[in-house]
Amino acid sequence: MEHRWGMAIDLDRCTGCEACVVACHAENNLPISSPEQGAKGRTAHWIRIDRYYEGEFPDVKVKYMPVLCQQCDDAPCEPVCPVYATYHNPEGLNVQVYNRCVGTFYCANNCPYTVRYFNWFAPEWPEPLQLQHNPDVAVRMAGVMEKCTFCIQRIKRGKQDAAQDGRPLADGEVQPACVQSCPAEAMVFGDLNDPQSKVSRLAQNGRATRLLEELGTKPKVFYLQKVK
Amino acid sequence: MATASELLPYKQIREDLFRPLSSVSRSYVLVAILALAIGASGFVAWSYQLRRGMGVTGLQRPVYWGVYIVDFVFWIGISHAGTLISAILRLTDAAWRKPITRAAEAITVFALMIGGMFPIIHLGRAWLFYWLIPYPSSRLLWPNFRSPLLWDLTAIMTYVTGSVIYLYLPLIPDMAQLAEHNTPWRRALYRTLSLGWTGSDREWHALERAMKLMAGIILAVAVSVHTVVAWDFAMAVAPMWHSTIFGPYFVVGAIFSGIAALLLAISVLRKVLHLEAYLTRHHFNNLAKLLLLMSLLWLYFTIAENLTVWYGNEPKEMAVFGARTRARYAPYFWIMVLLNFVVPFVLLGIRRLRTIRTATIASVCVVVGMWLERYVIVVPTLANPRLPAASGLYTPTWVEIAITAATFAAMAMLYMIFAKLFPIIAVWEFKPHPQEED
Repeated sequence: MEHRWGMAIDLDRCTGCEACVVACHAENNLPISSPEQGAKGRTAHWIRIDRYYEGEFPDVKVKYMPVLCQQCDDAPCEPVCPVYATYHNPEGLNVQVYNRCVGTFYCANNCPYTVRYFNWFAPEWPEPLQLQHNPDVAVRMAGVMEKCTFCIQRIKRGKQDAAQDGRPLADGEVQPACVQSCPAEAMVFGDLNDPQSKVSRLAQNGRATRLLEELGTKPKVFYLQKVK
Repeated sequence: MATASELLPYKQIREDLFRPLSSVSRSYVLVAILALAIGASGFVAWSYQLRRGMGVTGLQRPVYWGVYIVDFVFWIGISHAGTLISAILRLTDAAWRKPITRAAEAITVFALMIGGMFPIIHLGRAWLFYWLIPYPSSRLLWPNFRSPLLWDLTAIMTYVTGSVIYLYLPLIPDMAQLAEHNTPWRRALYRTLSLGWTGSDREWHALERAMKLMAGIILAVAVSVHTVVAWDFAMAVAPMWHSTIFGPYFVVGAIFSGIAALLLAISVLRKVLHLEAYLTRHHFNNLAKLLLLMSLLWLYFTIAENLTVWYGNEPKEMAVFGARTRARYAPYFWIMVLLNFVVPFVLLGIRRLRTIRTATIASVCVVVGMWLERYVIVVPTLANPRLPAASGLYTPTWVEIAITAATFAAMAMLYMIFAKLFPIIAVWEFKPHPQEED
C-alpha cells in the first residue's frame, strides 16, 4: 500500500466558521436543500460542524467539532452493504460506488458517526449554481447514499501530476477542499504511511484522540484537543 | 380428545365446508371493494414514492429506517402463525389442530408475500432490487454475503418456498374431492392442482410422510428466519440494537403475534362462514392459553432486555432507553406493555373471563401491541445516535400510512380469495378412515 490517507483536525484552533462546509459543497457538487427539507433534517453536508455547549447560560462555552467520514480502517458501514456499494479501496479509503447503490440505508444506520447522506430526491441547484458544478465529480441520482471521499478526485489529480513529472507526491501537495479553505489552518491532510508527513506527526501528538475510538472502528481522522 | 366437529357425519362436514366456495354474498362484495380501494391507494402512494424519491416518506437523517421496516418485521412475525402452530401441533399429533391448521398456514403464506414486499418498497432504488440476488450477471459482481440483508433475502425466500409447499400438500386430497363435481373451470383448476390424486394407500402414506417432513423442516426454517430478521438489527453497532438476545426475543414476539393473528382470523371465519360447529370454545380456549404463555415469555424477554440496559447505565444506551421509556416514545412503549401484557394477562389469565369474545379482544390488542413493539425497537435507536449532535426526529407521512393500510387490505383480499377457492378447513382431516373413499 503506497498511501494511507489521514486527517488531523485541531479543535483548539477551529472557530466553527463553516468555511470547510461551503468549500465541500462547491467541490463535491452537493445538492442544495430547500428550507422546508432542511428543517426536516434532509440537508447533505459531507462535513458538518457539530456544536456542543458547556456550562449554564449566560456562562456558556461552545465547542465546535467538524465531523466528516472518518475513513475507518474497520468501517462498520462496509460489511453490511449487500451490493458492495461501499468498500475499502487499496489506499484505505471507504469508497462509495454510486452506481452500485440500491439504497438499503443499512450503511448509514451502522455508521456510528452519522456521516452518510442520502439523496431523498433528484438533486437540485437554484439558478445559476448549476453552472459551477465540478466536472471531476459525479452528480448523484435520487435513491443513493453518499458521503465524504477525502476529495478522491484531488488525490487522483495529485498523483497523476506527480507521475507526469516523475517525482514522488510531496507532503501537503494534495489537499481536500475543506483543508484548503480552513482559515484557522485547523485541518491537515496527508499520508499516514509517511512518518515524516505533517499529519503523521500530529497523529502522534499527545493531544490527538480519535472519535468513538472505543468501538474499534480505527478511524483515520485525528482530533487534537487539550484534555482538561 | 374428540372435538364436537368430529362427531358430525362426514357428509355434512363436507357440505358445510365446501358450501362457502360456491356462493358470493353481498357483504363479501362490499368488503372486497373496500379492500381493493385501500389497496389501490397504497399503489398510488408507492408509485408517487418511486417517481419522486424516498423524500416523500418521513425518513430523514439519522432515522433511515421507519414504518416500512416496522411493517416488514411485523408481517414476517405474523407469518409465524401458521407454520409454527400448525407444524408443532402436527408433530405433536394434537387432534384439536384439525380445523385451524389450514387457516394458519394460509396466513403464513400471505403474510410472507406482504412482508417480503417491504424491503423492496424501502429501497432507494427499488427497481434494482434484483441486484441482491446471487446470480451470474453482467455486472460481474456477486452480492456481499457478509451483509445480514443477504441472509435475510435467503432466509425469506426459503421460508416462502417451504410454506407454500406446506400449505399445498394438505390441500391435495381436498382439491381432488372438489374436482369431482364442479363447474368446468373449477374442475380444470382442481384437477390440475391435485396432481392426479386418486386416494390410494400409497398416496396417503407418501402424503403423510411428506407433511411430517415438511412440518419438521418448516419449524427450523421459521425459527431461523425470524432470528435473521432480528440480526438485521443486532449485527449493527447501534445502541440497544446490538443485543445478543434479539434472536430469541424476535422469535418469541413473532410467535406471539402469529397466534394473535390466527385467533383473530378464526374468530372472523367462525362468524362469517358460520363455522360455530367446527371452531369451538375448545379451540379458542387452547389458543388463548398459548397466547397467554407467549405473552409471559414476551414479558420476560422485554424485562431481560431493558433491565440489563438500565442497570448497566451506559450513556449511549441510556439515551435510547430514556427516549423509549420516559420521553418522546414513552407513550408507544407503555401502550405496548399494556396491550401485550396487561390486557392478555387479565382477560386470558382469569379463567372466568376467558371466552371467545375476550380471546378475540386480546388478539386485537396483541396485534397492535406487537406493531408498536417493532416501532419502539426501530425508531428510538436511530433517533439517538452515538454522536448526540446528530440526533433527529421521525414522523411517518401519508405515503407510509397509505402503504401500511394497503398491506392490511391486501391480507384481507388474499384471504378472501383463498377462502373462495379452497375450503378454509381441511375437509379430509375429518374422514374417519382416510384410506377408504366414501
